[in-house]
Amino acid sequence: MEQQQTINILYTAPSESEPLDLRRKARPGEIVVRIFLFLCGFVSIFTTLGIVFVLGEESILLFTTEYSSIDGLKRLNVIDFLTGTRWQPNILEIGIWPLLTATLVTSFVAVFIALPLGLGAAIYLSEYATPRARNILKPVLEVLAGIPTVVYGYFALTFVTPLLQGLLGKNTIGVYNMLSAGIVMGIMIIPLVASLSEDALSAVPRTLREAAYGLGSTRFEMTTRVVIPAATSGIVAALILAISRAVGETMIVAIASGNGPNFTINPTKAAETMTGYIARISTGDLSYNTLDYNSIFAIGLTLFFITLILNMISRYIVNRFREAYE
Amino acid sequence: MATMNPQWQDEQSFKRRLRRRQMKAKAWNIIFLFTIMIGMLALLLLFYNIIRQAVTLIAVENTVDPATLADRPLEELSEEELAAILSEHVTANRMRVLILKDVVGADQKEWAALNQQSLENVLESGLYPEELADLPFKDLELEQIVSILQNGLSRDGLQRAVIDEVVQPVVTESWTLNEALLNRDEIDKIIDEKHPNAEVSWKVWVNLDFLTTPMHSRPELSGLRTAVFGSLWMMLVTVAFAFPIGIGAAIYLEEYAADNWLNRIIQLNISNLAGVPSIIYGILGLAVFVRFLDEITSGKIFGLVENEATVSGRTILSAGLTMALLILPIIIISAQEAIKAVSPSLKEAAYGMGATKLQMIRTVILPNALPGILTGTILAISRAFGETAPLVVVGSITRITVDPEGPFSRFTAIPIQIYSWTSQPQDEFRSIAAAAIIVLLIILLSFNATAIILRNRFSRRW
Repeated sequence: MEQQQTINILYTAPSESEPLDLRRKARPGEIVVRIFLFLCGFVSIFTTLGIVFVLGEESILLFTTEYSSIDGLKRLNVIDFLTGTRWQPNILEIGIWPLLTATLVTSFVAVFIALPLGLGAAIYLSEYATPRARNILKPVLEVLAGIPTVVYGYFALTFVTPLLQGLLGKNTIGVYNMLSAGIVMGIMIIPLVASLSEDALSAVPRTLREAAYGLGSTRFEMTTRVVIPAATSGIVAALILAISRAVGETMIVAIASGNGPNFTINPTKAAETMTGYIARISTGDLSYNTLDYNSIFAIGLTLFFITLILNMISRYIVNRFREAYE
Repeated sequence: MATMNPQWQDEQSFKRRLRRRQMKAKAWNIIFLFTIMIGMLALLLLFYNIIRQAVTLIAVENTVDPATLADRPLEELSEEELAAILSEHVTANRMRVLILKDVVGADQKEWAALNQQSLENVLESGLYPEELADLPFKDLELEQIVSILQNGLSRDGLQRAVIDEVVQPVVTESWTLNEALLNRDEIDKIIDEKHPNAEVSWKVWVNLDFLTTPMHSRPELSGLRTAVFGSLWMMLVTVAFAFPIGIGAAIYLEEYAADNWLNRIIQLNISNLAGVPSIIYGILGLAVFVRFLDEITSGKIFGLVENEATVSGRTILSAGLTMALLILPIIIISAQEAIKAVSPSLKEAAYGMGATKLQMIRTVILPNALPGILTGTILAISRAFGETAPLVVVGSITRITVDPEGPFSRFTAIPIQIYSWTSQPQDEFRSIAAAAIIVLLIILLSFNATAIILRNRFSRRW
């Protein structure tokens, strides 16, 4: 009864008072909130600008500051940085190649492990596994993906390295080596490759699979001749993202691949990667405006561009070469 | 049939071919299964490797044999006898530290100041004779110190002091779980030859003591307490910044942003940031939070720094802000997904009732998207919790023995501690690293379990 009355009041109210003003009202509160939300969105832009500015500024300092050496004050130059094959900041030799080759070797080993295993896992999950098997196997990959990298580093140093030493002999392979770091890094990125490739595989429409079966192919033939070719762009994109992740990975290489730059492509040797160098130099209280301090920014900038370019290529491949069905 | 396809005229060869194809398909089925099994095997080995180092067989040798201290076992000695042993073997300075640490319970950084003060200010009365009240603490005689210690500690406390300070048991060697189980005979032989006086026992390195004691330079006495507090404080700062900003950005992008170049750049930029290596964020934090904003991050402008010379931006606040930037893209992207999943018909209904945009967001979008947003945030936090590289660069220090007091303290964190212990050569450090890893993984597991429960409990579909 009471409810009935309320409704009546609401219903009759407009006719007795002024007609409702239905024009858009200025709502200062909403505008303030809107500006706040925009600023939140803009934080990400500030972050990127901050990264580029900070890395750029300090890198420029690296090449404009005069550092003292045995033959008096000396200035470093960019060409030496990009082409030099010796990294010894204490005698003002800063060629990035020893660090870069170590990064490339560990990343190559990692991808060499992660691509077949990740792709195989993706194919199994998307084409072969029963729903029950999926429910058991998928969490395994998720757990692998959730383990912190420092734990992988521990695994590399205390398990994989002794294992490799047992297999290859302690003379061939030392306590610190790129192979062990690369293998463990590969295990770390299996979930990334698997989940991205699986997304690409399951995006291939069912009709194509049925057509392949209709022509009498086995499941393997259907997978390799129809599904994988149709999903190539996604798989390649996953591969490139995996490389990018491996290049930027720090803790595994900092723990297992050795301290000290070494210009070599032999994975059984110890060598320091770009990220490993940054981690080692910045451990403890690094003093500002020194060659060491400035050098980590220059390496960081190189690293930033390498990963940015790889990520962009990956996105471009996905967008450009995606086979759109229906 | 045969005339249609001359290749298969011979039915035998057709069947053979078919069988070969089927065999190949089966073989590959096994190969694909095998690849995923390798991942599983790696995971099992990883856990096995941690456990075998976290549970070890240790040989403990005493620096001073307790038998030489008294004619009876330590357990049977009276308080007076224990105190006598202490006064005979421990220096007065060390005893003063024991009093400050165990009787007063003062923090390490207050020790120097307390040492200068009078007895009255340092200790509660009753522990010392009245006439000594005005005497400075540092001027006490050895016997006086011993009697204070004897009054201040229980018998068990005294016995522990004797063991820690005089007997000083040291882990001389340790064997991992698998070695100890498989080669026990050989190990016993080694112990007999090398450490005849050693006591052999099993040690589970991850235990309550490990969680509650601070750092120590000796692994068997070291704990994770300061690192746990450091990690928790840092996460508090991270969440306080990343959560509101992340949700704000997601709401802006989903509800307000028009499809123009600026907003497309913001969106593209966020997905690019998600792919930036974490160590780059560390470098950014080092330059911006630690160095450029050090007056804020050290607490100087809030008047919290007493000594100008010790102003340092390498604090929990800097690390937390760095981590906030690191997980912001992840939070934004997952919050966007959650907001996108809110049914448009609900939104239209809110508008139909005359709600303004803000009212609609508050009453419809946020309540419905919150479980999704929380799930994404928890997963992002669990990522940040295990992240090590940015902390190394921002400059967390590992040898800290006092608990952090707030966002302006210097600190260490669990993953940093794992890194530092792993880098030490001795086996015992490997064991405490393994113990710390177990603690870290359990924390991460509980984060993820919470996220999964949230997702299952509150997920609604329209």
